[in-house]
Amino acid sequence: MTIEFEAPKPIANQQSMLKTVAEEMMRSKSRYFDEHEHEIPYDYIEFMHIAMRATGAGSLAPKEKKEEAPDPNKPKRPPIGYQMLAHMLEMLCWGDVGMYLVTPGGGLGAAAVQSAANDEQKAKFLARFGEEKPTFAAMCMTEAGAGSDTASIRSTAVLDKEKNEWVLNGEKIFVTSGHKSIVPDAKFGKGFIVVWATIDPKAGRAGMRSFVVESGTPGVRVEKLEHKLGIRCSDTATITLTDARVPFENILGSPTVEVSTKGFKGAMATFDATRPLIAATGIGVARAALEFVKEKLAENGVTIRYGLPRQKLTNIEREVIDMEIMLRSAWLMTIKAVWMADNGKPNALESSMSKVKGGDVVTKITQKAVEIMGPLGYSREFLLEKWFRDAKITDIYEGTGQINRLVVARQILGYSGAELR
Amino acid sequence: MYSFEPSDEQKMLMDAASRYAANDLRPAGREAEEGKELPLKLVNKGWELGLLQASIPEAYGGFGDRSAVTGVLAAEALAFGDLAGALAVGTPGLFALPILLAGSEEQKQQYLMPVIEAEWKPYTAALIEPAFDFDPNDLRTTAEAKGGDYLLTGEKTLVPYAEKAEAMIVYAKLDGVTKGFIVPKGAAGLSFGAEREKFMGLNAIPFQRVKLQAVKVPAANLLPGDFAPLLAAQRVAMAAMAVGLARAAFEYARDYAKEREAFGVKVAQKQAIAFMLAEMATEIDAIRVLTWEAAWMLDTGKEEAFKEAYLAYTGAVDMAMMVTDRAVQVLGGHGYIREHPVEMWTREGRGVAMFTGLAIV
Repeated sequence: MTIEFEAPKPIANQQSMLKTVAEEMMRSKSRYFDEHEHEIPYDYIEFMHIAMRATGAGSLAPKEKKEEAPDPNKPKRPPIGYQMLAHMLEMLCWGDVGMYLVTPGGGLGAAAVQSAANDEQKAKFLARFGEEKPTFAAMCMTEAGAGSDTASIRSTAVLDKEKNEWVLNGEKIFVTSGHKSIVPDAKFGKGFIVVWATIDPKAGRAGMRSFVVESGTPGVRVEKLEHKLGIRCSDTATITLTDARVPFENILGSPTVEVSTKGFKGAMATFDATRPLIAATGIGVARAALEFVKEKLAENGVTIRYGLPRQKLTNIEREVIDMEIMLRSAWLMTIKAVWMADNGKPNALESSMSKVKGGDVVTKITQKAVEIMGPLGYSREFLLEKWFRDAKITDIYEGTGQINRLVVARQILGYSGAELR
Repeated sequence: MYSFEPSDEQKMLMDAASRYAANDLRPAGREAEEGKELPLKLVNKGWELGLLQASIPEAYGGFGDRSAVTGVLAAEALAFGDLAGALAVGTPGLFALPILLAGSEEQKQQYLMPVIEAEWKPYTAALIEPAFDFDPNDLRTTAEAKGGDYLLTGEKTLVPYAEKAEAMIVYAKLDGVTKGFIVPKGAAGLSFGAEREKFMGLNAIPFQRVKLQAVKVPAANLLPGDFAPLLAAQRVAMAAMAVGLARAAFEYARDYAKEREAFGVKVAQKQAIAFMLAEMATEIDAIRVLTWEAAWMLDTGKEEAFKEAYLAYTGAVDMAMMVTDRAVQVLGGHGYIREHPVEMWTREGRGVAMFTGLAIV
């Protein structure tokens, strides 16, 4: 081992292709879909589905390793699945984060299956994403009364022993891609949602389980789609479950309440993998904003004189340089966190730190970018104002900046949730 | 390939540096600051770790090759113990490394061996000038070619071990660009401030003004190489030391917060404190990875290395100030009292912005 910062070859190879996608398929449609909230970008979805089937790229979780006899003549390469995803997400979100969020595939739903399901379940639920039609899955965790405080989820799952089915009841909000995952659409394959519910309301976290609920299940309804500050291309659904029945084997994790909080920890482990990826999405947006600012400044004859002491810099130069420091360091923290994930190193701390930093800096960078560009920054003639609105979500979903600070603090202090509330 | 794991050799070196930092530098740091002196024995012990020697090829008396990455790893480890001590241990490097990186073959043959084969001896460098807008790339100190010589004229500040130094590198502007010159002890026209300079921090190191009044050095004393890679090496070195300093302050504040009680709980159990600590840890790691990348770029000869080193250092300036200030804040009134080291660290934290040229990797 040694310290290195060269993107692995397969990553470098995919980046130019992704950049073309970002420019041709995303940037050109960004404004349209921002102004036509809830319209589905079928062209983009179909294109991405075909492209991803061809390349094997897919959900938020890297592909399962194939069980092949190792070739002793081939040098062993360390896995780079999450690193590859981070790069991919960053580039696609540099194109458009709202559209990226409707990229077909398993998303957080598949990531939850990936991290908590047994092999049989994985085979059953994940195969569909490689099939002919683009297919979506979503994670249903948040409730009106349980945001970051996921342990106070009220949705229930009761086992109907006679029919060997789970009966789910509750209301889920803020479900990203919820509509595409659960409402049948002729152009899409059969999707699913992963619903978090308690199998024993008295058991607290120990009773928390996730259930795969297939598209078209009776009793599951999309109540509304949210109108948002940004990422308008992405549908954010409220979903109700009214006596919705799923087969017994759709439970992810143990069907009985144990003293441990393993089920809950399964959900949290998903976040260790996905938090740096969320940081990567925001970093893509922030990079777009920073590049735009530098381009416009250059057009107006303003060059950034790197290397000067601050005393000699103009205010704009200082701002731009500070933005670059923020962006680069946040990106490297993200890479570090996914590198750890790929190499099986526990990364709860680094994962949350990358999200804290990422959420912070992309918000600051896009805010500053709009300010520096003045009326041009505020104008909908350019995408900058949109990127300001889009970037903000980075500091909110997958655990707000504050929740992630709490996670970081507990890690560095060695405190449990009870010791540091 | 990405990798954030030092090599086994680097780990061994970091371990040795960390032990010295914890067992020798840290316990001596406060007293050295108050007494305005670092014991030579202490500095020599750090010198014997062989960090500089391991950066110099065998041909010149060393036993390794210079690596900026290894350098920043060691710099962080040492500065975690005590910044003044870490800087003092590395001071001969301010003379040797520029010769290694920008010197001619003859200069390397002539000057490197005496520095690294001996015990720690004060060799130094003079870069910083007493002006608010000091700019390493636009020096006020000038070099003028005259006959076969150069005449150096100007004034330098923050020069460690100046008067005692066996020899120093003086940076001056020659034809519009910064160049390094080897100036031997006792050169005519070279004089020193009558008193040691007094600063807000780093009082353990003897700093002096250096005055150059048409100091004549032979043309052979000009380092032919560019200044840019030297500046980048200075910037990443100081960035790494800022990370070490900040980590010291962070860990001290963290441990204090876990001990100190208020309203029936440890203060670390209050989110107001816990969040400050979380942000400190995050910023430290942010600048650490940025510094590592800059050092790696230097080692691999990447075009963006100089810019990245600048970004890392500039980021380190803010990070060090933020973290060391918060360490004082976490300790509250106790942080303001000299019984605890955090007030010293925040004085040093503010200095990071001024310390370019006091360390090099």
